[in-house]
Amino acid sequence: MIDEGLKSELSKQGIFTTTFNELIEWGYNKGRANSVWPLQFGLACCAIEMIAASMARYDIARFGSEVFRPSPRQADLMIVAGTVTKKMAPQVVRLYNQMPEPKYVIAMGACAISGGPFKQGYNVLKGIDRYIPVDVHIPGCPPRPEALLHALMTLQKKIEEQHLTGPQQARHLNPEAPSEFPVPEYGEHDLVPPKNEAVWQPPKQAKDDTQGNV
Amino acid sequence: MPDQPYLLLVIFILAAIGFALLPLGVAALWAKFFSPAKPGPDKNATYECGLVSKGDAWVQFKSEYYLYGIIFLIFDVEVIFLMPFAVAFGGLSVGAFIAMMVFILLLVEGLAWAWVKGVLTWK
Repeated sequence: MIDEGLKSELSKQGIFTTTFNELIEWGYNKGRANSVWPLQFGLACCAIEMIAASMARYDIARFGSEVFRPSPRQADLMIVAGTVTKKMAPQVVRLYNQMPEPKYVIAMGACAISGGPFKQGYNVLKGIDRYIPVDVHIPGCPPRPEALLHALMTLQKKIEEQHLTGPQQARHLNPEAPSEFPVPEYGEHDLVPPKNEAVWQPPKQAKDDTQGNV
Repeated sequence: MPDQPYLLLVIFILAAIGFALLPLGVAALWAKFFSPAKPGPDKNATYECGLVSKGDAWVQFKSEYYLYGIIFLIFDVEVIFLMPFAVAFGGLSVGAFIAMMVFILLLVEGLAWAWVKGVLTWK
């Protein structure tokens, strides 16, 4: 293993060092990052922006993601584009479960990340990250196609930084990491369970009592 | 290699087989050593737009269209043959008459079949 200091010193002189493992990793990640095939489904108005992003003007094909697959069996990326109602949530989770590894999720728009303007309503899920692990969140109502492209680039960067082994190993390469997540069922008043504790915990609220304001 | 004219073909075939098998082999090895298979009840289930599929996919499907085909043949195609048959009836030989009767009998058989199947009754 080459010393990190020596490595950076050499790179300043125009000599680049690598290992076989790093080279394999680079090729593997580059290949995956530049052919992320999304699952073709939209839930609400964000889907229109997603369609716009896939068309000639914004041209998602520049990033290798123009191949929207109509079956989860062939998809790498789930773009949750729109309002996830509680009626729809089990189907979304099941579709995610049916995608083969490696799989990634972009939650697009205010509804998909938090429930958005319908957050106080009775029938909208307050963010799809309550049930499945989301890799990139895009705020906006709806986000512009550029925002989706930025999310895709962020995801590509994330894929390229994944490792084959070690502590930063990619999730799908870890035999212990689950590939399926429990599908919620329709309960009497809400989805059962209302959230997957293993994936999502409510954020800790920081309360500053000393100042007297909450 | 003038004495081995087929050697080049053999090399081409081997190269072609290798070209096909090498990526498959690499992919299989990669899956074996790096990428663990993660099957599950949802992933192995039949895909039906995210819904739980109801019943068995291997159901028997009754094809109904052949009945329409038979009726069409009797009431549409047969008429086209009956018109010239009626016009030329006086000058027909016995052999031609028998041949025509056999043809009509075949189609009447179809009509009887459709009748027994209950196609002719309005439901």
